[in-house]
Amino acid sequence: MSDINKGDSILEIRGLAVEVQGKRILEGLDLTVRAGEVHAIMGPNGAGKSTLSQVLAGRPDYDVKAGTVRYLGEDLLALAAEERARRGLFLGFQYPVEIPGVNNVYLLKAALNARRRQLGQPEVDAFEFLGLVRDKMRLMQMDESFLSRGVNEGFSGGEKKRNEILQMTVLEPILAILDETDSGLDIDALKVVAHGVNSLKRDDRAIVLVTHYQRLLDHIVPDHVHVLAGGRILKSGDASLALELERRGYDWVRAEAAAA
Amino acid sequence: MASTPTDLDALVAQKYEHGFVTDIDSDTVPPGLDEDVIRMISRKKGEPRFLLDWRLKSYRHWQTMREPHWAHVKYPPIDYQAISYYSAPKQNSDGPKSLADVDPKLLATYAKLGVPLHERARLAGVAVDAVFDSVSVATTFKSRLAEAGVIFCPFSDAVREHPALLEQYLGSVVPPTDNFYAALNSAVFTDGSFVYIPPGVRCPMELSTYFRINAAKTGQFERTLIIADAGSHVSYLEGCTAPMRDENQLHAAVVELVALDDSSIKYSTVQNWYPGDEHGVGGIYNFVTKRGECRGRNARISWTQVETGSAITWKYPSCVLTGDNSVGEFYSVAVANHYQQADTGTKMIHIGRNTRSTIVSKGISAGHAQNTYRGLVKVLPSADGARNYTQCDSLLMGARSGAHTFPYVEVRNPTATVEHEATTSKIGEDQLFYCLQRGLSAEDAVNMIVSGFCKSVFKELPMEFAVEAQNLLAVSLEGAVG
Ligand SMILES: Nc1ncnc2c1ncn2[C@@H]1O[C@H](COP(=O)(O)OP(=O)(O)O)[C@@H](O)[C@H]1O
Ligand SMILES: [Mg+2]
Repeated sequence: MSDINKGDSILEIRGLAVEVQGKRILEGLDLTVRAGEVHAIMGPNGAGKSTLSQVLAGRPDYDVKAGTVRYLGEDLLALAAEERARRGLFLGFQYPVEIPGVNNVYLLKAALNARRRQLGQPEVDAFEFLGLVRDKMRLMQMDESFLSRGVNEGFSGGEKKRNEILQMTVLEPILAILDETDSGLDIDALKVVAHGVNSLKRDDRAIVLVTHYQRLLDHIVPDHVHVLAGGRILKSGDASLALELERRGYDWVRAEAAAA
Repeated sequence: MASTPTDLDALVAQKYEHGFVTDIDSDTVPPGLDEDVIRMISRKKGEPRFLLDWRLKSYRHWQTMREPHWAHVKYPPIDYQAISYYSAPKQNSDGPKSLADVDPKLLATYAKLGVPLHERARLAGVAVDAVFDSVSVATTFKSRLAEAGVIFCPFSDAVREHPALLEQYLGSVVPPTDNFYAALNSAVFTDGSFVYIPPGVRCPMELSTYFRINAAKTGQFERTLIIADAGSHVSYLEGCTAPMRDENQLHAAVVELVALDDSSIKYSTVQNWYPGDEHGVGGIYNFVTKRGECRGRNARISWTQVETGSAITWKYPSCVLTGDNSVGEFYSVAVANHYQQADTGTKMIHIGRNTRSTIVSKGISAGHAQNTYRGLVKVLPSADGARNYTQCDSLLMGARSGAHTFPYVEVRNPTATVEHEATTSKIGEDQLFYCLQRGLSAEDAVNMIVSGFCKSVFKELPMEFAVEAQNLLAVSLEGAVG
């Protein structure tokens, strides 16, 4: 269906520096993500994981001071947020926002159609769309009542996260960045969310999980694990690095980087 | 590059679609106001003596009054002698007898405004009265309504054809002494609509009046009177537009509703007077008194308004709940963008027993606009078991706009229940970014968020107009995020 093959470069970040309200958060960050891979970005609270996610998604008030980001060979930073989304970049928010009075399904349908227009595909009609959403809702074990509710309106923390993953499964992104999708979930919900994410793993797609717990990685096994601290990727490794971080914390990574 | 909210500023500023002027011969009196002008208006309309006397009395009272300045709005002093109080498109005879007698230019104007007066090209099932400057130019569906016994005609016709009804009800809800603008209106009002629904009749179609200010330097002072007799029902809608002009124009209307036993009146407004340009030049001063009285038991009056136009809006559609078990409702969306100022809200006066009222107000401020909700819930000692529920939400777009809420509550009966909820939120950068991240354009995102915010009011509008209101909202808020 797509002309992306396993191992193709999806995201290439070089020397990224970002300021938020005059404060330098990221500095010299490098990261490469290829098709078929699952990456986990870990790091202490306040390290800049969400900042990185939001910058990649095109949040306007975050200033990129230096560096380049290429997405599918294009200059990502030159694209408006909505253009990035339409090209298949999806951000699962750490704190999904409530939009009262706007129907969940209505937003999701508009989102899917924006993506389909970009792909030159016809828009889905309401009937076809509802069928699709119902399938995905079953996957995410979500209640029918969800269809008539406002976007995240009155949702519990867990419901909001499930909703993010539901949206992701409907939109079938090329690059999914999931910011702390595991936080605030009980173990059953965590399994459901992990199942949703795993269902999306494919050779022509990449997933970046942002988390500071190993817990999620028991259910979604990453190919690469990175430590974000001091504004950049301090260390990268395979799935075993996550276990080591769980045991030893982050200070040793910092010490190691300082010594180098 | 990126479509940041700041870039949105560059999106086309608000486009006002109805800003054209119709080039038509009109009979306009020179600016100025004195008793002779009032006598002249009354004579032109062939009014009975009681009405002229009523006008003169109102005028004399008005001269003793001062312009109110308690509203949260600012404007330079109005020179009431610089306004022309009467302007009418020239007609062959003393008035059109049918659409065939109406000047084709006028018909074209209304067609351009989306209000086709030809009955066959009509909005299905909606009867229209069209008021152009000071006079009514056409009323459609008169005969079909007459079969049901419904009277729906220009105010000027009612004066001649139904003087008894007029004498009984005119000023019975809004007396000429009520306030400065109501007194002025009572002295100089020119036209408007008159509706009478006989006992037990459910009006067979929606009634609507379309108000258009065209001539320069004129004021529009229309008067609407709706009477729902016992057990009758009516749904009425008004729409308003005006050309773009650099000077401000005054619109001071009075609307009176009377609901007798077991009757109901649903009054919806889509107000889109010219709001002025993006620098605050020009626009209509909309100083309006609207009030309904549930005079009978179990009567119901419901106001729904979508206010997007006018440089300044000063209006408080109110309900006087005199009859036991009567119900008053007020659903409002008020949008103010650029330099618009809106001070609007309602009054619910509980007099009868077990009277109930509901207020839902949604204020949206963008640009440099100031949007004020002002409401009064008053429960008199006689109103045992009265209940009110008020919900008042403000949405701010951008950092330079303001939202203000003044809810006044006066309860003089211990058995009454009054509930008030209020929220103010900023149209979140967060909400906007969330939608952009899902691939929506900034405009679609803003429209979606704002419609969501207004949903509980839009659902009160008659179907045909809910869509219109939604579109209007989208146009009013173009370029509003920044
Ligand atoms: N909108 C903002 N305004 C000001 N500071 C912010 C904002 N967002 C994040 N920060 C700051 O940026 C740093 C990184 O935050 P964040 O990216 O949320 O970290 P993480 O997701 O790794 O916990 C923190 O010091 C935080 O206080
Ligand atoms: Mg975070």
